Amino acid sequence: MFCDVCNTKEATVFLTQMIEGNVQKLNLCESCSKLQGVHDPMGFALADMLLGLGAAQEIEKTSISCPVCGFSQRDFKKRGRLGCGACYDTFTEGLSVMLRNMHRGMVHTGKVPIKIAAAYKRASELEKLKKLLTSAIQKEEYEEAGAYRDLIQKIESGEGDHEKSNDTCQKIIQEMLPLEDFSKTTVEKFSIKPLKLPPPESSEDFLL
Amino acid sequence: MNLSDFFAQTSELLSHPGPHSQIVVSSRVRLARNLDKKPFPGWAKKPERIALMEEMKSAVDFLPQMVSAFSERMENLTLLDKQVLVERHLISCEHAQKSVGSAIVVNPSQTLSVMINEEDHLRIQAILPGFELKQAFSIIAQIDTGLEEHLPFAFHPKLGYLTACPSNVGTGMRVSAMLHLPGLVLLEHMNKIINSVNKMGLVVRGLHGEGTDAIGNLFQISNQITLGEKEEDIIERLHVVIQQIFHHETNARTILLKQQSETLKDQIGRAYGILNHAYSITTKESLNLLSLIKLGVDLNLFPREVSYPIDSLFMEAQPAHLQKSAQLLKMTSQERDSLRATIIRDKLNKIPEPLLLKE
Ligand SMILES: [Zn+2]
Ligand SMILES: [Zn+2]
Repeated sequence: MFCDVCNTKEATVFLTQMIEGNVQKLNLCESCSKLQGVHDPMGFALADMLLGLGAAQEIEKTSISCPVCGFSQRDFKKRGRLGCGACYDTFTEGLSVMLRNMHRGMVHTGKVPIKIAAAYKRASELEKLKKLLTSAIQKEEYEEAGAYRDLIQKIESGEGDHEKSNDTCQKIIQEMLPLEDFSKTTVEKFSIKPLKLPPPESSEDFLL
Repeated sequence: MNLSDFFAQTSELLSHPGPHSQIVVSSRVRLARNLDKKPFPGWAKKPERIALMEEMKSAVDFLPQMVSAFSERMENLTLLDKQVLVERHLISCEHAQKSVGSAIVVNPSQTLSVMINEEDHLRIQAILPGFELKQAFSIIAQIDTGLEEHLPFAFHPKLGYLTACPSNVGTGMRVSAMLHLPGLVLLEHMNKIINSVNKMGLVVRGLHGEGTDAIGNLFQISNQITLGEKEEDIIERLHVVIQQIFHHETNARTILLKQQSETLKDQIGRAYGILNHAYSITTKESLNLLSLIKLGVDLNLFPREVSYPIDSLFMEAQPAHLQKSAQLLKMTSQERDSLRATIIRDKLNKIPEPLLLKE
């Protein structure tokens, strides 16, 4: 059996993976497998990368490069790794195909760094207060409205907030604010679309 | 801690066998983290890579978990030292190839390691003996929280933790367990197991991950998906699957004892014979045979106290450990094979014959 990548050498490394319900098989020769980093026990990138090869080509069709690090689609094709975090936004179109094939859904539902979670919370409080302010003005309850305005100003000026200068947080707040049901989400649930996983294949499936 | 002191320390993996460690040899959790707005290590220019490494190394050295740790820049390690770290599962093969601009920090009990500037800026790993995935995760979550106080991590509101390779984005977490499954291999049930495991979005690999070649009946099982699933859910899924495999392996051993004791006796007896009398033996052959002796210990065919010397041979028989013990900078593979045979013979000679053979 020949190697799926170079088509010239005998395949000696065989990978089988289940992706989106389809069995994907990949047969590689010694040198191609080394080249792709199959030897790395914790880096399962290879098969992922190869299986997402179509997506990598998709990225190449458009000719953009990352404004932050200068990384281009060609570089991605060549290295199978991105240049910096901003590349995810730069190449978002091509990447989303790849991510969809590799993962379970497109939204991170796990741990959030404490500082960023605090920023989420602050943004959520702000939004709540702004709604209260609007409704107070509508009801002509000017005393309450004044109190809300003071509070909003306090939060916006970052009073008592240690993370004021953290521009990551600022950026995230800005990105997050336009969401519609924002005021209803709590910190934990924020940005977490509850993705219901299909239940693990039943244990019978596992029986020999 | 300096390198020779560090290597002299017994890894926690060997000194304190964990729960269910007869079958689940070790549990490991790894997190990939990157610095916000900085180019990933593979794309950063050398001066920036070095500067970032120094910044991260200080932050890691500063962690309370890393008191009197072994902390070194990769260019100060010999190839052999790096390979010893790989064999102890403290660094990846990829990290072993790094030099200037990368570093490694390992705690004294060798349960925690941080690779700096591997494929990602930080690869934080906890490895514990036995079936301890949840414990390993809680250890690593603390380190992660400790580090994020000092290092701003690249985090995307939608995609989570950003990594150099899209296959790690989201949680950046890879959970794996090393399983010793001689029963399932002897009964030729491993392929079925691997297929079932694959169906659950998990991957099975060999000892050092090379291909699917399982040396010493050792298999690594790990998650593949990192985006769209919570850390706890990933761990839980793996936990359940490993429990099932544990069950199947126990089952297989019972079947072997009850229905195929002839095969079992033959396999263990041959392993004992060869290891006791070989004068040249490869890593692969020795680990395959040691696996059978280990099975014999688990089945009480050898005295219990044999367990520790056998488990440590799994490590000592590997090329870099062997060469390190010989204190030679260069050794041919033939020289290693004969030294390996000698070390194994010396230990096996002290172990009585397996009980079943005397019936
Ligand atoms: Zn090839
Ligand atoms: Zn970039």
